[in-house]
Amino acid sequence: MAELSYRDAVAAGIAQEMRRDPRLVMLGEDIAGAGGVFKTTVGLLDEFGADRVRDTPISEQAILGAAMGAAMTGIPVIAEIMFSDFLAVCFDLLANEMAKASYMTAGQVTVPVVVRTANGGGSRFGAQHSQSVENWTMMIPGLKVVAPSTPADVIGLMAAAIRDPDPVVFFEHKSLFAVKGEVPDAEHVDRLGTAVVRRPGTDCTIAALALMVPRALEAAERLAADGIDAEVIDVRSLVPLDTSTILGSVAKTGRLFTVEENPRLCGWGAEVASIVADEAFWDLDGPVVRITTPHVPLPAAEALEDLAIPSVDRIAATVAGSLG
Amino acid sequence: MSTEAPPGRDEGLFDYAARPPRLPDPIDDRLDEAEIPREVRLGLYRTQQVLRQFEKRAYDLFMQNLVKGTSHLSLGMEAVAAGFAGAMRPDDYTFATYRGHAHTLARGAAMEAVMAELLGKENGLLGGKGGSMHLTSVEHGMMGSYAIIGAHLCIANGAAWSAQMRGTDQVAVCFFGDGTTNIGAFHEALNMAAVWELPVVFVCENNLYMEYTPIDLTTSVPHPAADRAAAYGLERILIDGNDADAVYLTASRVIQRARSGGGPSLVEAVTYRHGGHSRADPGKYRPADEVEAWLERDPIPAYHRRMLRVGVDEGELVEISRDVAQAVDEATEAAKAGVPPHPDAVYADVWADGGWEWRN
Repeated sequence: MAELSYRDAVAAGIAQEMRRDPRLVMLGEDIAGAGGVFKTTVGLLDEFGADRVRDTPISEQAILGAAMGAAMTGIPVIAEIMFSDFLAVCFDLLANEMAKASYMTAGQVTVPVVVRTANGGGSRFGAQHSQSVENWTMMIPGLKVVAPSTPADVIGLMAAAIRDPDPVVFFEHKSLFAVKGEVPDAEHVDRLGTAVVRRPGTDCTIAALALMVPRALEAAERLAADGIDAEVIDVRSLVPLDTSTILGSVAKTGRLFTVEENPRLCGWGAEVASIVADEAFWDLDGPVVRITTPHVPLPAAEALEDLAIPSVDRIAATVAGSLG
Repeated sequence: MSTEAPPGRDEGLFDYAARPPRLPDPIDDRLDEAEIPREVRLGLYRTQQVLRQFEKRAYDLFMQNLVKGTSHLSLGMEAVAAGFAGAMRPDDYTFATYRGHAHTLARGAAMEAVMAELLGKENGLLGGKGGSMHLTSVEHGMMGSYAIIGAHLCIANGAAWSAQMRGTDQVAVCFFGDGTTNIGAFHEALNMAAVWELPVVFVCENNLYMEYTPIDLTTSVPHPAADRAAAYGLERILIDGNDADAVYLTASRVIQRARSGGGPSLVEAVTYRHGGHSRADPGKYRPADEVEAWLERDPIPAYHRRMLRVGVDEGELVEISRDVAQAVDEATEAAKAGVPPHPDAVYADVWADGGWEWRN
């Protein structure tokens, strides 16, 4: 096992797959010569050449269109949209074209594209470069949605996304890029649609995604000091959604908390809460509680952004308050 | 509070039917002498007959309420689809808009399958899942009809890029209307195609109206595509879209250029739709003398006259027309005889594995 940063794991995961599949290409703004504005694609141009690692104009529609057209004619593609906020300028390609092509054509067309994008807050970038927009994509039939929280998952889920024949939106969290973790030395391929229990526990279930996973884990350690044994689930994949892991956990603990970086309305936790209410109501010993960013755009100032996004303090206090 | 009429109304700005008509240029008889093989011309004639007769039948079925939803017919615009399809290789790619019946048929998709798709039947081209605006037939190189303006220019780039990467010499041909030239994706696609020297041909079917509004009232230049070619370092190409020979000759040239590594082209083919924008639109916003003048420049009788001038026997043309009429009748009956899609189709093909599951 080697130690790698989440940032370097992005390039490692892509390189693993580009070595395996000589057809696989990638494109995006500043990804080749500059190695990506977050330095997540450093070294790929040198290893794979300019024909397979392509810089593009600032044209997000052209990027996703080129990816889709190539993918539907035999070339799997990784497309980078620099900040996930920018998905809004190419949402037609994502939501109306890639997502619906297979269905509308009765399976004549498939779109093996991975759309990688830097998601989430904590960088003090303000309201247009900090959002968590996984719920924008989760609600579109025909898109798969992944958001890893560890370097090993970046590699394993990246490989799974690339090998998947459908369009997958792959959210890389900006505030996790510097985090280091163990990654397998050998080829690593994970499975979409699988959640992971990061910390077993008996008193309550905390389901979290991406940056919220390490915060939930830290909160769980504090709660343990107070005698509360929380189970923490890293949801990892929103579509497909591993509901059996969540329902199984709730059956054991009787309480569910979701920790979501997205603003309140229609966050992924609302869907999870709905499923648990439908299917595990009699397992519950109390209400499902959603811990989210309030329904506001994100502010830039450090003091304000830290108040908006769920913190370790808020998670621990909310869980303790609700259980106590 | 002002009681004045809104600016422009007095001048008839919003009464489009009162505007001076935009009249067609006369047909260029010199194209009689063009070096186009007789067999090619017969093919262009037949394709135009197929598109015309199919669309007329589709219109009739719509009027009988046998087709639900909407439809955007290519009546009057057949020469563009026929001319390009005649110049394409079977493995080339077509990308079209919601006005895509003609482009789908011109690439060789079966009339029965297309008609059944309009009727929402199981034997439809897409099993009833796509409908009029999304006709696709990958086996014929018809890579889709895209119903939201702009995106498919970017997607056509991708198919052309793919051909480049795979080392084939396939070409992607992308059709769109004059209105598309005013959306951002047009600019993004043209710029990327030029920078990457992609084997793609962009074809603006300029029928003078963006939906219900005259294109010249919403566009900064007289020719929405041709006048913008220079912005991408491309040749200005403006052709008579109502003359299949003119279209065929230009199509052959720009497709060959793309195939041989010469990069993209942007073609503006000026044409006119005989009807309104869609099923719901009678097209009353067009000056009557304009409509009349363009009906006189109907591409199909004009091509018929050319065929006679270049020595094709009237009987041969009549026979083609009769063959097509019979094929349209048979396709209509087969489509009508189709059954509605099986209920399971609601859940099919969300994913490439045929399924729709989003959770375990």
